[in-house]
Amino acid sequence: MIPVAFDYEVAESVDHAIELLGQHGEDAKLIAGGHSLIPIMRLRLAAPSVLIDLDRLDDLNYVRDEGDHLAIGAMTRHRDVHYNELVREHCGILGYTAGLLGDPSVQHRGTLGGTLAHGDPAGDMPSVISALEGTIVVKGPDGERTVGASDFFKDYLFTDLDEQEVVTEVRVPKLSSDTGWSYKKFSRRSQDWAIVGVAAVVEKSNGNIDSARIGLTSMGSTPIRATATEQALSGASPDQVAEAANSADEGTSPGTDDAASAEFRRHLARVWTRRAIEEALNR
Amino acid sequence: MGGGLPRKEDPALVTGRANWTDNIQLPGMLHLALLRSPFAHAKVTHLDVSGALDRPGVVAAFTGEDLADEWPGGVPCAAVVTEEQNTPFQAPIVTDEARYMGDVVAVVLATDRYKAQDALESIEVDYEPLGVVVDMESALEEGSPLVHEELGTNECFTFTAGVGNVDELFDKTDDPDDQAAAARAPDVQGEGDTDAAFAKANVVIKERYIQQRLLPTAIEPRATVAFQDPGHNGYVVYSATQVPHLAKIVLSLATGIPENEIRVVAPDVGGGFGSKLNVYREEILALVLAKKLGTPVKFNEDRSENYQATIHGRGQIQDIELAATSEGRILGLRVKLLDDMGAYLQLLTPAISVSGAAMFPGVYTFDAFSIEIKGVFTNLTPTDAYRGAGRPEAAYAIERAVDSLARKLDMDPAEVRRKNFYEPFDEPTETPGGLQYDSMNMQAAMDRLVELADYEGLRREQQQRRENNDPVQLGLGFSTYTEICGLGPSQALAGLGLGGGGWEAANVRMLVTGKVEVATGTSPHGQGHETSWAQIAADALGVTPDDVVVIHGDTAAVPFGRDTYGSRSLAVGGIAVHLACEKVVDKAKKIAAHMLEAAEDDLEFEGGKFSVAGSPDQNVSIQDVAGGAYLGADIPEGMEPTLNENMTFDPPNFTFPFGAHLCVTEVDTETGKAWVRDYYAVDDCGPVINPIIVDGQLHGGLAQGIAQALYEGVIYSEEGNLMTGSMVDYMIPGAPELPNFTLDRTVTPSPSNPLGVKGVGEAGTIGSPPAVMNSIIDALSPLGVKHMDMPALPMRVWNAIQDAQGNAAASGEYDAALGSREADVKQEGRSEEK
Repeated sequence: MIPVAFDYEVAESVDHAIELLGQHGEDAKLIAGGHSLIPIMRLRLAAPSVLIDLDRLDDLNYVRDEGDHLAIGAMTRHRDVHYNELVREHCGILGYTAGLLGDPSVQHRGTLGGTLAHGDPAGDMPSVISALEGTIVVKGPDGERTVGASDFFKDYLFTDLDEQEVVTEVRVPKLSSDTGWSYKKFSRRSQDWAIVGVAAVVEKSNGNIDSARIGLTSMGSTPIRATATEQALSGASPDQVAEAANSADEGTSPGTDDAASAEFRRHLARVWTRRAIEEALNR
Repeated sequence: MGGGLPRKEDPALVTGRANWTDNIQLPGMLHLALLRSPFAHAKVTHLDVSGALDRPGVVAAFTGEDLADEWPGGVPCAAVVTEEQNTPFQAPIVTDEARYMGDVVAVVLATDRYKAQDALESIEVDYEPLGVVVDMESALEEGSPLVHEELGTNECFTFTAGVGNVDELFDKTDDPDDQAAAARAPDVQGEGDTDAAFAKANVVIKERYIQQRLLPTAIEPRATVAFQDPGHNGYVVYSATQVPHLAKIVLSLATGIPENEIRVVAPDVGGGFGSKLNVYREEILALVLAKKLGTPVKFNEDRSENYQATIHGRGQIQDIELAATSEGRILGLRVKLLDDMGAYLQLLTPAISVSGAAMFPGVYTFDAFSIEIKGVFTNLTPTDAYRGAGRPEAAYAIERAVDSLARKLDMDPAEVRRKNFYEPFDEPTETPGGLQYDSMNMQAAMDRLVELADYEGLRREQQQRRENNDPVQLGLGFSTYTEICGLGPSQALAGLGLGGGGWEAANVRMLVTGKVEVATGTSPHGQGHETSWAQIAADALGVTPDDVVVIHGDTAAVPFGRDTYGSRSLAVGGIAVHLACEKVVDKAKKIAAHMLEAAEDDLEFEGGKFSVAGSPDQNVSIQDVAGGAYLGADIPEGMEPTLNENMTFDPPNFTFPFGAHLCVTEVDTETGKAWVRDYYAVDDCGPVINPIIVDGQLHGGLAQGIAQALYEGVIYSEEGNLMTGSMVDYMIPGAPELPNFTLDRTVTPSPSNPLGVKGVGEAGTIGSPPAVMNSIIDALSPLGVKHMDMPALPMRVWNAIQDAQGNAAASGEYDAALGSREADVKQEGRSEEK
C-alpha cells in the first residue's frame, strides 16, 4: 500500500501534457482522476517514475450538444456525466452507467477520458461506448485524430493511444425516442468491477426490434460486441429475444478468476443480455 | 440506564479528532518496515541486510540472529488446552525458515515509512522453497510436509469432551431408515438411559460444514509506538490493542523486561473484532528496537500486511452427526472438528475452538454429546479470536443441522426447534456441553420473532413464487442461538486452558468538585464504554452522565484489568463500576449522616441527595458530601478521607444471551446471486443500558455474520499464496449489500450479576450466518439443493443449482475453478443423510 517514489508534474494544457510526455518518455504516466492508477501503484504493480496530472485541465470538463451527437470533455467526472441534463436527455445509458462506477469517491474523482484510456475490459464505460459506437478524440504532437470505439480498444489495458497522445474528447450519438437502452452490471458487491456487464442499445419500430448494438464487459481482453446476437435481433420480435440472447457469448474469450469461471461468465452473458434487451425494449 | 444517550465518543471520531496511535509523532522517531517471506514455507539460505543501510534515511537493519537475545520468550501463547499441546517457539524474526507467506525475515528502520519500505528492496535474501501444507486433512496424513520439523507432526492438540455414550448411538443406528435399528435396542439397554435413547434414534443427520477463514479487517490497522520513558527507568508502548493489560504481561514475558518497567497505552483504537486481542511480534519488535536503539520506534502496517500478518478468524472443518426421533426430538450430537492453527500459535489460538466446544448443543436439551477437536498446523497465517471466537462456529453447525433435520422430516424448521427448546428457566441449568446456562426463554423470543416477521405471510409469498416458477425465489432461514459471554469466572477460565483471572476492576472517585472519574480495566475500541459506564455511574451516584468521565486503556492510569473481548465488558467490568459506585454511596451515606447529625439508617438516597426520612428539608447533596470527604475536616472519626472506591468483580458464572433470528433471502436462480431482503432479530441480552449502543452492536454484528455467509472468505492458492490480499479481492460488503434490520428484544435478566446484564457484542455475528445459509437452502430446496458452504457467492450458488439439477458436466468446470483456489477447503462440503 506504499508506492515507489515518483516525480509529479502538473499539465497546464493539453499541449503541455503532450510536451511533458515527450520530455519524460515511456516511464511517464498520465493521471486523470487516478482511481485505477493509484491503487495499482500502491500495490507496486505499477511504478511510473513520473506522473503527469491532467487534473487542472478544466477546459476538458464539458458536455456539448453538437447536433447529432454529444461531445464530452475527457476530464469530465463520472459524477458530472451522471447528473448532466444533456446526457440524461439524449444518452441515458451513459449517464446511468456513470452512476454505477465504483463508489461515490470514484465517481467524483474519476473521469470519462481516464477510464477509456485505461482500457480495462472490466470497466463499464468501454463497453457502453462500444455499444453506442462512440468516437474518441485524441491529440498528440502531430495534431488531433478521431478513433472509433471498435478501433480504440486493442488489448488488455492497451489502447490505440500512442505514447505521446492524450484523450481529449468522447463523442456519443444522441439517441432517438425510439431507442431503448440498458446497462446490466453483474458484480458481487455494488462497488466491484463487473463480472459481466451488458450494454444494450436497441432501435425499436412498431414494437419490434429494428437493430440492436450490444457491448459486453469482462468477456475478453477488450470490450466485445455480441455480434451474433445483434444479427439475430435485426428485425426480430420481442418473443425472439430469449433465443437471440443465447448466442451472446459467441466469439468471446472470458477468463477464469476467483469471482467467476469462464463458463459461468458465458452463462451470465447470455442471461444478462436477454434481460438487458428486455429492459431496453421497455425503456 | 436504559436511555438512548448518544455516544460521548462519536463527535471526536466522526470529525477526525481521535487520537490514533499512528498520529503520535515523537522527536527522532524511526519507522519500522518488515521484510516478509513471499513463500509459504522456505528455508532462508542467504540473508544480507547491509544493502538496505545504504538507502536514504535508513538508520538500522536487523536479522533474526542479530536480535535473538532480545526475546528469550518468543511470542507467547497463553492458551494450553491439553497437557500434550505442541507449542512451537515463535521468533519475532525467523532465524531458520519462513512458515507462512508474511513471516518476518528481516527489518529496516528509517526516518520515514516510505524510505523504510523502499529499503526492503535492497536486502539480499535467498530462499529454498520447502513443502507447503495448506489443507488440514492433508496436514494430518503420513508423509505430509511438516510446518515445524522439530515437532514431528502437524497436530497441535486433540481435545475431547462429552456426556453419554454417543458413539453407541451412532454406531447402532448407521442405517436409520432400517427399522431393525430400533430392534437392536436391547443390545444397549441396561447401560443407562442415554444408551437406550440412542438405540431409539431413527434419523441421523450427518453433514460436513466448512468455516472458511475470515479477515477481521478493523478499520484501523495495527499500529505501535514504543519508546524509553526518559523520566523513568522504563518503556512506554502505545498500541492499537484491545488488551493493554495483557500486552504489558506478554511484552514482559517475551522480552524479559520486568513487568513494572512497561506501561502500555491503548489510545483511541479503531476496532479490533478480536484481531487486537493479541500481542504481536511487531509490538515486541517495536519495544526491543526502541530499547536497543534508544529512540522511539513506530510500526504501522498497511492493509496488505494487515491481511497477511494480522490473525485470521475461523478456519474449521466441522463433521457433525445429529440423531433424532422421527418426531423431531433430538437425542444426541457428535462433533469432530479440525481447527486450523496456521503456522504458529498466537495468544489464544488453540483456545478458540475449545472454548466454543461446549456451545455446540445450542438452545436444545438432550442427553448425549461428544466432541473431538484436533488443532492442526498449516503454512498459513495464524488464526485466533474473531468476533464470536468459537461460538459462531458452534451455532452455525447445530443450526444448519437442525434445519437439515426439519427438511429430512418434512417439518417446519420453527416447529423442530420448539420441540427441542429448554423449558424457560431463570436459574443455572446444566447443559450437555457441561455448562450452567444462566437463564433462557427461547419460547418468548421465538413467539415474538414469528409475529414480528409475519412468518406465515412470508411462507405464503414463498409458495406463490414457487408456484409461479419465479426466477427469483424466496428463502426463509431461522437461527435460534445462545452464546457464552461475561468472561468470566476465574476458576472456569482455568478449566478452559486460559489460566484464570476473568475478573474485572473499577475505580470510582467523586472529586472535590462533585465531578466523577471512573477508571475501568476494560479497554473499549468502539464499544462505547465512555457512554455506558457513565450511565451506570450516573444512575448509582445520582448525577448526570455528563458529570462522569471514563478513563481507560492506560496501564499507568487505571486499575489492572482484563481488557475488552468476548462480550465481557459490561457483564464483568460494568458490574465492577456499578459495585464500586455502591461502595461510594455507602461511604457517602456515612458522611452524610455525620453531616446531618442523623442516624445512617434514617437516610434516604434519591436524585443525588441524602435526606432524613420524613424530613426532606434535612438533606445534603452527594457533591457536598464529596467536598467534605476530600477536605476531611468533618467526617466520622477514623474514616479515610475522599470518596474513592475500588472494586474487583469475579462473576459466579458466565452469562448466556440468546435470541431468535429470521433471514429472508432472495435468490436469483438464473445467476446465483443471493441477497438478504429482510432480516428480523429478537435478541435477549438482559436489561439494556443504552439501546442505541445495543442496536449498533447488533447492526454491526449482523453485518459481519451476513458477510461471512454471503461474501467474505480467505482464498489461498495451493502454494500458500494469499489470493484475497486486498479489499478488491476480499469481499467486505458495504451498505448497499445489507438490508435494513428489524430488531426487537425480550428481557430475561441474568442471575450472574446484580444488573442482570449479559453482553451483546457478538450476538449478531453468532446468530446470523446459519440464518442466512438456511434461508438460501430453503429458497433452493425445490430445485434439490440440500447443502451449500459459505460464502454463498454467485458462482457457488449457481454451481449448487447445476449440481442439484444434474447438470454435472456444466458444473464440473466450476468445481475445478473454485477448487484450484480454495486449497484450505479442499474437501468440498457434502450433505449426507443416513
